[in-house]
Amino acid sequence: MMVYPYGDTTNDGAMQLSFTLPLKSGALAKEAAKRLVKKMGFEKAEVVSMQDLGGDFSFFVVYGYTSTGINTDDIQVVEAKFDHMDREEVDHYIEEQLGRKLVVVGATIESDAHTVGLDAILNMKGYHGDYGLERYKNFEVYNMGSQVLCEDLIKKCKEVKADALLVSQIVTQKNIHVKNLTKLMDLMEAEGMRHQLIAAVGGPRISHELALELGYDIGFGPGTIPSQVASFIATTKKERMENE
Amino acid sequence: MEKLKLRLKSEPVNRAKEISREIVEDLMGLISQHTTTSIERTVLRLFGITGADVDETPYVNIIVKQLEKKGVLETGAALYVLNACVHYHQEPEEIAKRVAEEGLDLSAIPMNDFDRINALSLELTQAAMEHIQSMKDKRDELLYETWSDPVRPYKYVIVATGNIHEDVIQAQAAAKQGADIIAVIRSTAQSLLDYVPEGATTEGFGGTYATQENFRIMRAALDEVASQQNRYIRLVNYASGLCMPEIAMMGAWERLDFLLNDSMYGILFRDINMKRTLIDQYFSRLICAASHITINTGEDNYLTTSDAIEKAYAVTASQLINEAFALKAGMEPKYMGLGHAFEINPDIKDGLSYEIAHALLTRELFPQATLKYMPPTKHMTGDVFKGYAMNTMFNFVSVLTGQDIQLLGMLTEAIHTPFMQDRYLAVKNADYIFNNAFSLGKEFEISDDSFISKRAHQVLEQAIKLLEHTKEVGLMQSIEEANFADIKRTQTSGKGLDGVIRKSPQYHNPFEGAFKKLLKIETGYSEGGVW
Repeated sequence: MMVYPYGDTTNDGAMQLSFTLPLKSGALAKEAAKRLVKKMGFEKAEVVSMQDLGGDFSFFVVYGYTSTGINTDDIQVVEAKFDHMDREEVDHYIEEQLGRKLVVVGATIESDAHTVGLDAILNMKGYHGDYGLERYKNFEVYNMGSQVLCEDLIKKCKEVKADALLVSQIVTQKNIHVKNLTKLMDLMEAEGMRHQLIAAVGGPRISHELALELGYDIGFGPGTIPSQVASFIATTKKERMENE
Repeated sequence: MEKLKLRLKSEPVNRAKEISREIVEDLMGLISQHTTTSIERTVLRLFGITGADVDETPYVNIIVKQLEKKGVLETGAALYVLNACVHYHQEPEEIAKRVAEEGLDLSAIPMNDFDRINALSLELTQAAMEHIQSMKDKRDELLYETWSDPVRPYKYVIVATGNIHEDVIQAQAAAKQGADIIAVIRSTAQSLLDYVPEGATTEGFGGTYATQENFRIMRAALDEVASQQNRYIRLVNYASGLCMPEIAMMGAWERLDFLLNDSMYGILFRDINMKRTLIDQYFSRLICAASHITINTGEDNYLTTSDAIEKAYAVTASQLINEAFALKAGMEPKYMGLGHAFEINPDIKDGLSYEIAHALLTRELFPQATLKYMPPTKHMTGDVFKGYAMNTMFNFVSVLTGQDIQLLGMLTEAIHTPFMQDRYLAVKNADYIFNNAFSLGKEFEISDDSFISKRAHQVLEQAIKLLEHTKEVGLMQSIEEANFADIKRTQTSGKGLDGVIRKSPQYHNPFEGAFKKLLKIETGYSEGGVW
């Protein structure tokens, strides 16, 4: 199926753009913004707002109209597939299908000092009305907090015989997250423990595709709630046990 | 700005302040009996020692490490460096170079005449104190005579490019757009570095390294734009962490205006050892108090790990403890930037009533403080339009309740560090709301039986309960019980405990006495040398 952006009429191709140019506000800047948008492939462009950002920069809001559409039949997406259960269902599932508690170790690694995402998934309190993994009867959770060295994280996983490892990465400036996650994966491989663990990574700029590329089992993006993570761990563990 | 009034009852307020004072008093023994490697490095920096070796290890770290190894740091680093200066007739900086490059052993130099050491100590201490005083006076002159102090709430934005020169471009643009305060966010792991990097830096992660040279570069850039705007632009950096006193000293030296400086933040949110933090925060606050740097505390962090309604009292309790520590360090209330945040889940019905209650409680509990109000972050989702609406409500509550420092919310929070246009949109939002609702607060009365009034009193009562328990078991034990931010820390865990040193009876730090004298804090020390 061919789809086009929808403004107020089917297939009108209307899109809202906002950006800054390093130009003084004025007729020239406005024309530059318009031409830039047209050069990007929009047939029509309307600069609806130009604001002076302190003399040397201008901020624009532009509406562009495109006749470019996209055929959704040609698209294949990498999507994590698992049954989403709620907390009680997950606890029940683990009890019935696995017969023992699952050990989960979580951390934000290396230079990253942010624990917001990690805490949202692990802390009792949870996120968006969904309780965190610590609240589950059948998870034993070790939240190591922020700035944990990959080496220490791996040591901990061994020590507590972790079933799953959750890594949160918030800071992505200059692709530091890719560097950190690659280092962790390399270490896991070197220690020969990669296949004993379910390795999940989460963060606002993390996609499932990126996670797979780096060798992880799943990537959780923004808006993920704890029960999704819990469901994935429980069902994946079951699959692995069956395959062994 | 005419704010709403809550008419907080005085009895619980007085009680809360008295318990907090007692909690802090109980820790003064620990604080006065110890020094830290960071405090000793600060003393050396105040003597004018800067620079680093080829491995980028600062000279002050090399010296303090050497004295620690020789087991003499308990006497204080000042004595050994000054003795070497007297012995070799050299400046502290030359001695530092010799220690770093030639391995000069300071503890092996025969002790010289104490009168000469004391005289040199007095001379160097006075020179440093004069410089700090001159920076303080310069700020007052620029703020109140040359230019002007912006109208409150001050509009505070951050820059975080990792490159100080790029930061300058963004900071100057933000100031021209109307920002009153520029904070240079630190590189993400800097609070855990046990040294302060040297020189101008162009690479960092999620921020730019705090270095004395970076401070100097940004100070000059903001003064330049202030002179065009005829409005003083304040500069902020971050001190909390393993180098709290050193960064305070650098801030004082380069005329920073605000420093993030919290008595418990490092313990709870960075897992820095609690003794280390408590000892460091005291000395760093002496420096801030003496140089009129406004401290900013980090209570907003409590609400990112805990629920903003359930744990509102933890914010209040922490504000009270931060205030008590600051008073103990001789700080005037107007230099206390006590923090709180607008972090209630936007889906909650009547959430705004809670926000107003909490904001007014903070305002009336600390009437003279320069309050720091933090924007929504936890519930920002990437929906920039919803986020912009939330920031509007945040600005509205601020002007209505008389906050002082407004950390402008960015519509792209949770997506990336701010784009230039994000700051612009944030400033325009604040300008609109602050102007449009300028006197609205005086149009309304909050009755004593209103939800807002009852909620504020309830939070205060809950805070008092936590403080009473904390007083009973002691602050360190209370932190061990995870009473703050639901985070448990122990006295022997965390980074930096190895840098805590018990002072010997011969210990002396000439600046401690000098700061205390200036701040009129009761002390047994005299200014300068006493060896």
